[in-house]
Amino acid sequence: MAAQALRTLAASLTTAWRSTVWFLRGVLGADAYQHYLAHQARVHPGVEPMSERAFWKDRMDWQDRNPQGRCC
Amino acid sequence: MTESSAPTTGLPPTAVDPEVAEQEDRKWTPGKIILWAVIALVGGIAWAILAISRGETINAIWFVFAAVCTYLIAYRFYSKFIERKITRPDDTRATPAEYNNNGRDFMPTDRRVLFGHHFAAIAGAGPLVGPVLAAQMGYLPGTVWIIIGVVLAGAVQDYLVMFFSMRRGGRSLGQMAREELGIIGGTAALLATLMIMIIIVAILALVVVNALGESAWGVYSVALTIPIALFMGVYLRFLRPGRVMEVSVIGFALLMFAIISGRWVAESAWGAELFHLDRTTIAWAIIIYGFVAAVLPVWLLLAPRDYLSTFMKIGVIGLLAIAIVVVRPEITVPAISEFAGREDGPVVPGSLFPFLFVTIACGALSGFHALISSGTTPKLVEKERQTRFLGYGGMLMESFVAIMALVAAISIDRGVYFAMNSSGAVTGGTVEGAVQFVNSLGLMGVNLAPETLTDLAANVGEESVVSRTGGAPTLAVGIATIMNQWFGGPAMMGFWYHFAIMFEALFILTAVDAGTRVARFMLQDTIGNFIPRFKDTSWRPGAWLCTAIMVAGWGYILILGVTDPLGGINTFFPLFGIANQLLAAIALAVVMAIVAKRGTFKYLWVVVLPLAFAAVVTITASLYKIFSPVPAVGYWAQHNAFRQALEDGQTSFGTARSVEAMEAVVRNTFVQGTLSVVFMVLTIIVITMAVVATVKSYRTRGVPENEDPRVESRIYAPSGLISTPAEKALEAQWKALPPERQPVRGRH
Repeated sequence: MAAQALRTLAASLTTAWRSTVWFLRGVLGADAYQHYLAHQARVHPGVEPMSERAFWKDRMDWQDRNPQGRCC
Repeated sequence: MTESSAPTTGLPPTAVDPEVAEQEDRKWTPGKIILWAVIALVGGIAWAILAISRGETINAIWFVFAAVCTYLIAYRFYSKFIERKITRPDDTRATPAEYNNNGRDFMPTDRRVLFGHHFAAIAGAGPLVGPVLAAQMGYLPGTVWIIIGVVLAGAVQDYLVMFFSMRRGGRSLGQMAREELGIIGGTAALLATLMIMIIIVAILALVVVNALGESAWGVYSVALTIPIALFMGVYLRFLRPGRVMEVSVIGFALLMFAIISGRWVAESAWGAELFHLDRTTIAWAIIIYGFVAAVLPVWLLLAPRDYLSTFMKIGVIGLLAIAIVVVRPEITVPAISEFAGREDGPVVPGSLFPFLFVTIACGALSGFHALISSGTTPKLVEKERQTRFLGYGGMLMESFVAIMALVAAISIDRGVYFAMNSSGAVTGGTVEGAVQFVNSLGLMGVNLAPETLTDLAANVGEESVVSRTGGAPTLAVGIATIMNQWFGGPAMMGFWYHFAIMFEALFILTAVDAGTRVARFMLQDTIGNFIPRFKDTSWRPGAWLCTAIMVAGWGYILILGVTDPLGGINTFFPLFGIANQLLAAIALAVVMAIVAKRGTFKYLWVVVLPLAFAAVVTITASLYKIFSPVPAVGYWAQHNAFRQALEDGQTSFGTARSVEAMEAVVRNTFVQGTLSVVFMVLTIIVITMAVVATVKSYRTRGVPENEDPRVESRIYAPSGLISTPAEKALEAQWKALPPERQPVRGRH
């Protein structure tokens, strides 16, 4: 019984940790490359996607031209 | 082929059946009734205690209960009412994120992630500063305005702007103003936005300068964030691209080290000499920083700083909420203070109406949010119905931050509060001067002893806490007071104080370079209408020139504020509030014109109410600032008094003790007075154009709307934080689809 309860607890802690990481990654935009890959696979299936390094370079350069406001 | 010609064949519905949703909404099970009765009861009790209590102390937990219960009720009932009567979202309709999905700025984003993203973009130092300054009037006026204001005004503005921008492909507020209000209204709105960005960046920078002035520890820690950010930028660009979480954790650890090591540096002789800077030097440093940061590539400084800032924002606000609930500080500040009915408050001058409502802008009603709620967030919204959660809910969250800031500010001793927030002009910047001034105010129950101030300064690791105006140091003392009771005790106060200063400085410096950059693009776009070359934002000379113009604009006001013989923040802060509420009035005016165009006249009051209030507040506040004969309130009264004194050949007048200081007052009040006039004229123009547009819509009902054409949605997602049973059932249907038929979305 105790082992079972412990396992349930461990499982729910893992879920909580995973959700937190997922949330933070999303808010910070850390998951952008994964989305880009998914997007490319759907829209341009035959085209080789950018490498991770090239993608982030391109993304930052794009932000240079499209600044996002931050509020007070 | 069949897939594209009949896109929805065989797919589950893209929206919960409206009838089912309606039924779910309206069905009152006993459990639901009990839940809402309890929420209403707790909220009612909390409000009653806040309003009626005139006893010795009041527990801070009642602020939390009053706020949270009111937010829940407003969200569940009022925002739902707005959804039903005004926005009328349609989930079968694709959002711009879906039909324009480019995997970049247009991308369907999970509502919970987007909520965090939107919140991080709207909440900054504003909701932390205003409530602190308004605490001068007692806790009740600020609390009522923050909570009621957000429910009826701030959250309504954010929600409606977001929704209508989403229906227009994510267009910006400026573009919507041009479309809805015509060329005059649109130009006035653009001009107002540019000026507001200058004012806001200047005042925020002034807050940082005041927090870091004469503080070696603060200057060292905050300065260290620059190399930390540069390191993070290089790490992400060259060493390990894309490891954002990893580098954020490293950056956060370095940040903590910067705070902790600050004490050693400040206590060493060389550290004190190197980092102990006067406020004018710091102001120049920020101006130079602002220019450099805005022309440097984003990856090097702005993006990593933004990661840190977001990380800290979510962490600190969560931490503070828990700390307030755990510590439950006792509040001794009166509900309504002596200064609520007077015009001569030492923190911010002016009567409660209208100055409470311009002192607290962010947290109750913030026009600046309209710039984020249009343009940025609407391009990422997955389903139309989610805008209620994102727009209305996001603003409620910011309001809660403002309430926490208020609680932190009023949990410190009142005598200390006034010693910290009265300008150096009246305290002389010395402990004796501050004690004498505060005790002469005749405040009930306040008897400030010099040791209180010197002990506090020693505890937080500062040379002095006298006249540390601007709100940030007071908030930091409040946070340190609460946090050390929970964790670490008085020995940790210095750490918590500088932790709070650091995170405010981080927000503000991010806002400074992001604001300068955005304003530069707006300016380039405007000049580009006359000199096309400027439209090319990658053209270096144009970019540098426009950046320099914007930095000169806010830098000039910053220097005026720092050197102001009358104190600086207390004379400039009302302009910040007026500017912000003016932008709110513009945003609401645009929304009013749109709602009228949709033919929703019966419920137009939902928009007219906050618009009328914002308009009355901005115009009255401007009128006071222009025409009040009381020198502390009226800029021109002050201007004329000092001019007269100069003409009479006097060499000192009021708190200005030299001819140069008197000339500075004459110049500053001229700038302030002129800005007040400009703001008022712009408000009147925009509101007039909006009323004209609204009346025109009323006469010719069914004017064509500027919405994008309808596109059928092919994805589904629930609307709120928690899914309803019907939403869960539909979600399950979509999940049950074979992988090749699953719609591809971003961020899942």
